[in-house]
Amino acid sequence: MRPEASLTNSDRNPGVSLQTDWFDQVAVNTQAAERRAATLTTRRTVKKAYQAAWLVNAIRCIDLTTLAGDDTVDRVRRLCAKAMRPLADPIMAGLGLDRLTTGAVCVYPTMVAAAAKALRGSGIPVASVATGFPAGLMPLDLRLAEIRFAVDQGADEIDIVITRAHVLDGNWTALYDEVAAMREACGAAHMKAILATGDLKTLRNVYKASMVAMQAGADFIKTSTGKEGVNATLPVSLVMVRALRDYGDRTGYKIGFKPAGGMKSAKDALAWQILMKEELGNDWLRPDLFRLGASSMLADIERQLDHHVTGRYAASFRHSLA
Amino acid sequence: MPTVTEILETMDYGPAPEANGEVTGWLKERGSFGHYIDGTFTKAGKSFESVNPATGEVLAKVSQGTTADVAAAVKAARAAQPGWAKLPGHERAKWLYALARHVQKRERFLAVLETLDNGKPIRESRDIDVPLVARHFYHHAGWAEMLEEEFPGQGALGVCGQIIPWNFPLLMLAWKIAPALAAGNTVVLKPAEQTPLTALAFAEICAEVGLPKGVVNIVTGDGATGAALVEAEVDKIAFTGSTEIGRAIRKATAGRDMKLTLELGGKSPFVVFADADLDAAVEGVVDAIWFNQGQVCCAGSRILVAETVAGTFQKRLTARLAKLRVGDPLDKSTDVGAIVDATQLARIRDLVAQGEAQGATLHQAEVQLPAKGCFFAPGFFTNVAPANVVSEVEIFGPVATLTTFRTPDEAVELANNTRYGLAASIWSENISLALDIAAKVKAGVVWVNSTNVFDAGAGFGGYRESGFGREGGREGMRDYLSAPRPKAQPEAEAGRLDAAPHPGTPSKGAAPIDRTVKLYIGGAQKRPDSGYSYAVLAKGREIGLAGLGNRKDIRNAVEAAHAAKGWGKATGHNRAQVLYYLAENLSARAAEFAARLKEAGVPKPAEEVALSIRRAFYYAAQADKFDGAVHATKTANVTLAMPEPFGVMGIACPDAAPLLGFLSLALPAIAMGNAVVAIPAPSMPLAATDLYQVLDTSDLPGGTLNIVTGAKDELAKTLAQHDDVAAMWYCGSPEGRAMVETESTGNLKSTWCFPNRDWHGPDGQGREFLLRATQTKNIWVPYGE
Repeated sequence: MRPEASLTNSDRNPGVSLQTDWFDQVAVNTQAAERRAATLTTRRTVKKAYQAAWLVNAIRCIDLTTLAGDDTVDRVRRLCAKAMRPLADPIMAGLGLDRLTTGAVCVYPTMVAAAAKALRGSGIPVASVATGFPAGLMPLDLRLAEIRFAVDQGADEIDIVITRAHVLDGNWTALYDEVAAMREACGAAHMKAILATGDLKTLRNVYKASMVAMQAGADFIKTSTGKEGVNATLPVSLVMVRALRDYGDRTGYKIGFKPAGGMKSAKDALAWQILMKEELGNDWLRPDLFRLGASSMLADIERQLDHHVTGRYAASFRHSLA
Repeated sequence: MPTVTEILETMDYGPAPEANGEVTGWLKERGSFGHYIDGTFTKAGKSFESVNPATGEVLAKVSQGTTADVAAAVKAARAAQPGWAKLPGHERAKWLYALARHVQKRERFLAVLETLDNGKPIRESRDIDVPLVARHFYHHAGWAEMLEEEFPGQGALGVCGQIIPWNFPLLMLAWKIAPALAAGNTVVLKPAEQTPLTALAFAEICAEVGLPKGVVNIVTGDGATGAALVEAEVDKIAFTGSTEIGRAIRKATAGRDMKLTLELGGKSPFVVFADADLDAAVEGVVDAIWFNQGQVCCAGSRILVAETVAGTFQKRLTARLAKLRVGDPLDKSTDVGAIVDATQLARIRDLVAQGEAQGATLHQAEVQLPAKGCFFAPGFFTNVAPANVVSEVEIFGPVATLTTFRTPDEAVELANNTRYGLAASIWSENISLALDIAAKVKAGVVWVNSTNVFDAGAGFGGYRESGFGREGGREGMRDYLSAPRPKAQPEAEAGRLDAAPHPGTPSKGAAPIDRTVKLYIGGAQKRPDSGYSYAVLAKGREIGLAGLGNRKDIRNAVEAAHAAKGWGKATGHNRAQVLYYLAENLSARAAEFAARLKEAGVPKPAEEVALSIRRAFYYAAQADKFDGAVHATKTANVTLAMPEPFGVMGIACPDAAPLLGFLSLALPAIAMGNAVVAIPAPSMPLAATDLYQVLDTSDLPGGTLNIVTGAKDELAKTLAQHDDVAAMWYCGSPEGRAMVETESTGNLKSTWCFPNRDWHGPDGQGREFLLRATQTKNIWVPYGE
């Protein structure tokens, strides 16, 4: 298998001017969205080698994350080691794989340097949150400075947070200007716009915020910081991927999607991949257009794959920690 | 099996077959099945094969029920019925609860068996059919428990003959058996010959729980067995299936004074407004016409889309179609399985070919169909005119039509441009618009922003040629219960109506001013088309002349009734006011009416007038109180059960109690918002024709109540045959009742035919009249932000 980082993105979204008529009349029926989300995983399933492959693919798409107040350089190094060698050798052998890494490692800006050093030569990109993560309630110039700092430290991807108040107030110009400025500050680094959908509450707000973020030049749209009361859910994700489909229909640019927060199991990993394949297609099963923001999900996937290889149910303590 | 590395390139789903060893083992062990009669399986008789439509494999041999088999089953049911009905409701509830529990404990067995026999995807049998079956038995265990309290004075009908289709074999069985048993009936059920196996497994479950013998009897066989069941000595026939067979059953049961419910075909509209969540609506199509291979009577098969969003909608629908997985029904990732059999597949192919030949464009999923088995690629038609065969005829396959509309009015017009009226689905984020359309569409079930949602707690059933009767909820229970029958009152024959002059004796003194009565059509007196009048005689003496109405007068009266559109939309309060006013005006002329009745030799004339006034008060009182319910169904869903007027009703009145009988029938009908064409007592029509001036002065809008005098059965026949009359009541002779039921099959109008009764007593009024004057529409409104 080729190193994941060499999977090149399609042409990067340059953004467009703010066009509120792309979203101000949007209709999203909540129960219908919930019904579709609930039946995605009852309509589709993967078994045996297919399930194993889909779980391996999920690993390829994981942004292995640590975003905690007690993060240390050593903790980040350990995480990077797991990102470079996410499965134990016997499992890799059993699956017939020789190389596998996660999609990226995601850390706070002050940990970027440590991560970049640890990952040097691996081809694994370093992602950094920025812009006053998770609340985003810092002066704009400081938030932009934080982006520049993280990029300067070696971040390949920046996960920014939006000002939720702009969405709740319907102040689309302010939201657009903010995200456009962040995109400019990112430079060559890819920008993932975190919408913090748990704070936006309504699915129509989620659609509108998604569309403004893409118009302002986001490369990815991302559900959550992991710190809101409700993080990634399938109905919210459904609305976001439909928004990015609509943006693609209008502009021709492919936008990536990253659910984050609250996804802990291998089952979740399959559910979100089914969503991507059904609503968008196989292109969105690759790390250049799809990431899973998760920290503990990898451990469950490894246990499932261990079981696939050995036929015995696995114990976590036999797998290396992230 | 490809390697993990290879799969990582394709990211295919791969096969995910549901194991079927338990079920195939059971089939192998049984080999062939007899009928389940009186608690035991009979020895297999002359048999036919039940085939897996996905593979062509023979699953089992099943017996072809003979007339003798049916008779034995009915006899067993008859013997068991009194004991079953006599059980306390709690005891029947325990049995139904046990059935619900056992269905759940055998859920996967039943789901796999259903999929093998029918071809539907395992996802559907597992997640939809079988859970709904269990839900139905639980729900009706509840009705059994509460029967006496909730339906005081009501009792079982007796033995119910039940004939079910092949599209939801076990679910339709549950819809039939659960309410019947809850009400204290026993049943003889005939499953479809294509899909008898889950019914036989259910029979084994009945035996497993120890259900008393004879309560449930299952006789397998084809249409001949069904016909034998219809002919048998049963007290009710409940049928779900095609409109064509429904018509034949209506004819075969005519005049037998038995209960009949029919749940027939449909061509249900699926209306998408510009402000709808289009993705939700596209997904709705998947759950509508691409559900169960489109073999769903209530499937939204006519997609109507607002012109402004039609392009986007079609594009998304096409994209969604491309994602459907068609193939092995046992595969857990299959969306569309096998068509039930080769005959049905041929029918679908034929209709689709005709549709294309008539100019419609077919868009079909580009899928590789399995090499063997009955499969059809799902799709939809565009460029399809309303006159195209596929717009009118139920395809009963996974193919919808897509048509555009410009305005809400046009959407309603297109939605109602069908002889069916089973269901409708309405998509709009504007609740005012959605409910407005829900009210206007002619359908028994309306889903707002959803489709094919079912629950045992709500009524299901159609308008128009989709049949009559409801299944589920309180309204469904009513169709398995009956109040004690009113005692029939004999009445004299009206005799031949004589149009020739009828010479009497020359009178002495001054001539009274001649009174002329004509017909009452559209709020005005009209001369009878025939130009004839007939003599109204009392004790051989002519007391006046009445118009001799004919079929053209009926035609005109029905047209006038249809023109009275405002009445059905008036508030209950408005209608009550008119009825009170009518009572007031009748009261002012009470002496005159009493004298007229006395002159005609009617017994107790003053009492009849007083009761007539009281009847107007009673139905005025009911006009704004006989209302619907909100059913407890799904989470975050307001399920409204609304009694709606039929529209135009025909009523043939008894000869007895010429004023009271007439008003006892006409008033509840108009109180509920119907417009009526009534045939008053032929022997004494003057009691009704004297009402013209009362009606005129009571603010009753013209056309609401039309009166055509003349030969009752001749006029009733024209009304019964009229395709634009939605319901018909007939009070009179057995021959007349049989005639009305037979002649009503053209548009399958709802009929109520009964012998004369004591109009002065408690049988003369009540809720039954209002229930018979309305049909229940269930509107499902999901909510949630």
